[in-house]
Amino acid sequence: MAKRERPLSPFMHYRWQYTNTLSILHRLTGIFLAFGLIALVYWLVALAGGPEQYADAAAVLSSPLGTLALVAWSLSFFFHFLNGIRHLFWDAGHGFELKVARQSGWAAFIGAIVLTAIFWTVLAVQMGGAA
Amino acid sequence: MSLQSPLSKVLGRGSAKNGVGHWWAQRVTASALILLTGWFVIELLTLPGLDYGSVAAWVHAPLSAVLLSLLVGTLVYHSQLGVQVVVEDYVASKGVKVLTMLVVNFVHVLLGALGVFAVLRVAFGAAV
Repeated sequence: MAKRERPLSPFMHYRWQYTNTLSILHRLTGIFLAFGLIALVYWLVALAGGPEQYADAAAVLSSPLGTLALVAWSLSFFFHFLNGIRHLFWDAGHGFELKVARQSGWAAFIGAIVLTAIFWTVLAVQMGGAA
Repeated sequence: MSLQSPLSKVLGRGSAKNGVGHWWAQRVTASALILLTGWFVIELLTLPGLDYGSVAAWVHAPLSAVLLSLLVGTLVYHSQLGVQVVVEDYVASKGVKVLTMLVVNFVHVLLGALGVFAVLRVAFGAAV
């Protein structure tokens, strides 16, 4: 009896493409954002603690490392936000055509970078104005 | 002949003992978060500043306090649902999975309680 070709698990033979990348990025940014919740709650608790605690937290968050984390969290947030809208459209049965899926994928990716840039520019202007 | 009880046949749930509740809750919280996070980002950008006085006065206002509490609660719920899916997908051992989920759930409830309490404390505190 000839040896039969056994089916392979998808991950053994799927070509790596942009869809995989966006899909795994949605999970990675989601997990990363879960850690961002700690920062958000830390900020709120410091606010409730009064001006001194708030100043301490603001110093931590505006330190070089804190700023880097906040930029990474904002970029992750905007991507997860835009890509999440793609997922909701898919759940409703729309946007599965290859061309549309590719375009919306790029839109989520580039849109996240653009929104992050706008967010920090406006924030910098606001902080500059307040100082 | 089916070994399924009439009840389990009607409920139509497999070995997961669960319906679409988890899946649906993730989509409902996602939809709510489009609105809540959108509001939050715009508010952050239109505040007079991010100094203590500006932020405390903002959180003290009733509408901000309610929407911030809803934001924290919905974020925590959505995050817990998402992390749970990832843990279920990648943690193979049953024991480690259960322990991980216990920690994940405890941390999420703690973050939610701390966040909402902090917002309410500022909201019900003296005006800044």
